[in-house]
Amino acid sequence: MRSDRIIEAILFVSALSAIAALVVITFFIFQTGVPAIFRIGVSDFLFGTEWAPTRGHYGILTMMAGSLWVTFGALLLGVPLGLAVAILTTEFAPPSVVRVLRPAIQLLAGIPSVVYGFVGLLVLVPLIRQVLGGPGLSILAGSLVLGMMILPNVVSISEDAIRAVPQSYREGALALGATQWQTIWRVVLPAARSGIIASIVLAMGRAVGETMAVIMVVGNALNMPRSVLDATTTLTSNIGLEMGYASGQHREALFGIGVVLFVFIMLLNSMARWLTRTRRP
Amino acid sequence: MTETVWRYKVNPRITQKVGEAVIWLAGGLTLLILMLLVFYILWNGLPQVNWRFLSSSPMMMGREGGILPTIVGTVVLTLLAVVIATPFGVATAVYLVEYTRPSRITEMIRFGADALAGIPSIIYGLFGFVFFVIRLNLGWSILSGALTLAIMILPTIVRTSEEALRAVPDDFREVSLSLGASRWGMVTSVVLPAALPAVATGVVLGMGRCVGETAAVILTAGSSLRLPTGLDSPVRTMSVHFYILAREGISDRMAWGTGAVLVISILAINVLVNWLAVRLARRGARR
Amino acid sequence: MTAEKRAKFTIRNLDYSYAQGKMALKGVSLDIPANQITILFGPAGGGKTTLIRLLNRLNDRAHSTQMSGEILLDGQDIYAPGVDVVDLRRRVGTVFALPIPLPGTVYENVTYGPRMAGERDRERLAQIVERALRQAALWDEVKDRLGESSAELSGGQQQRLCIARALALDPEVILLDEPTSGLDPISAGRVEETLQQLSERITIIMSPSSIQQGARLADWAAFFLMGELVEFDRGSAVFARPRDRRTEDYVTGRFG
Repeated sequence: MRSDRIIEAILFVSALSAIAALVVITFFIFQTGVPAIFRIGVSDFLFGTEWAPTRGHYGILTMMAGSLWVTFGALLLGVPLGLAVAILTTEFAPPSVVRVLRPAIQLLAGIPSVVYGFVGLLVLVPLIRQVLGGPGLSILAGSLVLGMMILPNVVSISEDAIRAVPQSYREGALALGATQWQTIWRVVLPAARSGIIASIVLAMGRAVGETMAVIMVVGNALNMPRSVLDATTTLTSNIGLEMGYASGQHREALFGIGVVLFVFIMLLNSMARWLTRTRRP
Repeated sequence: MTETVWRYKVNPRITQKVGEAVIWLAGGLTLLILMLLVFYILWNGLPQVNWRFLSSSPMMMGREGGILPTIVGTVVLTLLAVVIATPFGVATAVYLVEYTRPSRITEMIRFGADALAGIPSIIYGLFGFVFFVIRLNLGWSILSGALTLAIMILPTIVRTSEEALRAVPDDFREVSLSLGASRWGMVTSVVLPAALPAVATGVVLGMGRCVGETAAVILTAGSSLRLPTGLDSPVRTMSVHFYILAREGISDRMAWGTGAVLVISILAINVLVNWLAVRLARRGARR
Repeated sequence: MTAEKRAKFTIRNLDYSYAQGKMALKGVSLDIPANQITILFGPAGGGKTTLIRLLNRLNDRAHSTQMSGEILLDGQDIYAPGVDVVDLRRRVGTVFALPIPLPGTVYENVTYGPRMAGERDRERLAQIVERALRQAALWDEVKDRLGESSAELSGGQQQRLCIARALALDPEVILLDEPTSGLDPISAGRVEETLQQLSERITIIMSPSSIQQGARLADWAAFFLMGELVEFDRGSAVFARPRDRRTEDYVTGRFG
């Protein structure tokens, strides 16, 4: 029927919107950022340690270091906690507890990043300054805040991975006399390994891409970090801070940072997708 | 149980107790942090929130007055983004579920949606800035912001709508077709109505993301404190206002109030999502 | 096939297989007479359900299938390119094994087909509802409950509702796949009566829930075994004096 074909065509075109958007976004980010990278010089850009737009220096190495420190810290704090919560909801907790925990995790996921940042600024930063020293605005603060923010991601994907482990694995282990903990630690978790790693990879992508919360607690100091108590700048926080007033080559350099971020996160997401691809039995 | 079987240096009964305790501790810690977070904001912020706060405009750069324009900005931006994204998202899901079988095209569409979901909001901000604000000459405006946010929430709507459609029992489709419905007729008269609560959940989730979004909004919708007069007006959302107040140290008091309103909005949205999910479950049980 | 009864469906050399090459129907040729009850029976996997679904192209939704041969309705190939499938399904209705009421009221269920066909006039719809429900022997039980949700009806009533739903479109043929399987004996009896009355004006093609039901209702009967049509003749002949040994074994309960 003619009208059915027309409708199908309309739906098809609408469905292409996702791909179209991706293509357009990739194009424009690259179109503005890549020439800038080349103009600055690829190795100067990626490995230069000095970022001083007023003097024409656009090296992002310190920012990359900052991003990596903060991200690893976030993973160190958020992944074990998230994994533990995932094990709790899938293996240990009765439905009544899960009914409380699940909305709680959803709520954690929904809280805006600026709110996380603000609370981090008013609570964590002074605490760190008093107890551990340093300016307080630090990698540690950033990692703590980011760790909480990536928790829901780790929980939900790990939950899926753990739940996908066939019940027969558990029953087999228990029948051999293993305790519940032994079963989980030695059978279930290893079986869910690729899903859990995927959750870590995705959480990493999320942490690297987070901007607002990080800006508020990480100090935005442009030097190579040497301890977790140092203030630092991340790739994202730099863009976020300077985009408001940057122009010309400076602005294009920021887009260059955007390109680096984009590529890195795309790689991470592809890796995560590859890890969770369904294997043919 | 002999040690030789498991070669444990530690009694497995101890690891069980310790392991279980650690797990429960983690859960408790998470809940604790959440409660502290929420209570901290509400404790400090709720006292600021009164009718005057919600209904008047900020004065002295936000040091005094209220947050009305930011509330208006948030609502308008969110609603517009949802209105733009939902048809595309649902149409994509309908196409993927009802009109095709797995193929290269469907793989690509799904890849596109997943990839969009992973892009950080600052990149969306950069894109929105260079494309909507500059290239399309829309300037810092509600339109720029809404279009950018719409692309950002598109993957969420596609994903939840797809799940929603797949959950509709195939029997309904067969019955509908056997009674002389065209495929589109079947979709609109039977499948979509049955999938509605789940689709709505996805839309509401997208709304929640819009409300909390800052980086993408600040770069595309601007940060003007004036009440918007049209789609081309720049506008400030509550999140952006909150951020500016906090970073510039303008007024902790106002920041707390804004933060409280933000958190309450998110709470309300989450409650709505869960209520929709319960309605879904009840409907499913009736069959 | 005597000349006195013209063929409603003509099936010639039909081969049909699903993916992985499993043949569901092999070389089936069959003339189904108009305005009679034709029973398709046999053990599971025989191909009856597949054939029924092919008669109004409900199997179009299945993927990677192979088909050769012809199916003609009133002499027209229903698989020819350009055939209006929607219209075909209005002429050839289906009642499924389990009652599947659509979400909504009784009224909405019965009027679904006509509404999808474009009927908007409330008067005419009301008339259609009464006619269809009377034909399905359900009118007296639900005439005051038309606005109630279809989920409120009993299983037997729901199945008759599904029959009424199919009848609302005034079809020429009704296909039924074990229509009384989920019903208690009384409701099943009512449905059988209904079908016998309907067969005077409508061609009925049905796979029975039991051999006995098949024997009760059949004007004509076709025995299917592993995708092949073994025997086709008048009902009385097939069930009482089957010609093929396999038919006899099945009818007398030696297997199946």
